[in-house]
Amino acid sequence: MKGMWWKLLGIVLVLYAIIGGFLMPVPAMPILNETIRNTFFHIPMWFAMMILMTISLVSSIQYLSSGNLQKDAAASEAINVSLLMGFLGLFTGMLWANFTWGTPWTNDVKLNGTAVAILIYVAYIILRGSLQDEHRRAKVSAVYNIFAYVMMMLFINVIPRLSGTDSLHPGNGGNPAFGSYDMDNTMRMVFYPAIIGWTLIGTWILSLKMRINKIENKLLYD
Amino acid sequence: MIKKSILILLSLFFIAFGAIAQEVEMASGLRSEGKIYVVVGVLSIIFIGIVVYLISIDKKVTKLEKKINK
Repeated sequence: MKGMWWKLLGIVLVLYAIIGGFLMPVPAMPILNETIRNTFFHIPMWFAMMILMTISLVSSIQYLSSGNLQKDAAASEAINVSLLMGFLGLFTGMLWANFTWGTPWTNDVKLNGTAVAILIYVAYIILRGSLQDEHRRAKVSAVYNIFAYVMMMLFINVIPRLSGTDSLHPGNGGNPAFGSYDMDNTMRMVFYPAIIGWTLIGTWILSLKMRINKIENKLLYD
Repeated sequence: MIKKSILILLSLFFIAFGAIAQEVEMASGLRSEGKIYVVVGVLSIIFIGIVVYLISIDKKVTKLEKKINK
């Protein structure tokens, strides 16, 4: 296996998060009760999504400056994997919200913001599918990707924090997220490794898709 | 009269605080019976299964890469 060490690291970290996430003591909080442990699984999905989208953004910029189609392929595959993570985050969040807020979806700035951000990236995939010429597709989608990234960051990370309306979601509208109120230090010991672990697993899937992509290209053009 | 109302108010406060300070219900039963290990085991098996699958894909891709680069 290529790049054995970081793949192993990802496996070990996620396994640690699964075991530690269920067995470590967590603060007892009303409404959340035991579901506070979802923090170790739901939030890493979003972090992995955002990091993979950052990888895609970098690849798009690299494509624009070099014209290397391999970079364009990397950008689009990174979006595919990040959307997988994003949808997993969305569905786990809906299940969690159904328990804590009583409904899978509220008209919350954070929730609607993430939905819009995901739709922006779905539009990216549709845009790519609608363009036939390779170089044209690469150029247009790379430029779109840069705008999409900015919008995603605004919708997920900025607007929910700026909006005056109260958000139910932690980390927005006056609700703390990573502050001492929500998370104690034992939780952090599981939470951060979980983020790194899931990001590495996502990167692994991305690298596999890229390698398959290279093989395909070689078969097509040689 | 005032004394009485203050007393009632105070007792109401204590009832309210008592409700807040009430113990949050956690799945301590699941833990004490050791059944939580079953959950951890199931999830670990699922994750390891997915990882084994990923590794097998990885190996296959490596094999193809070697074949194609010959």
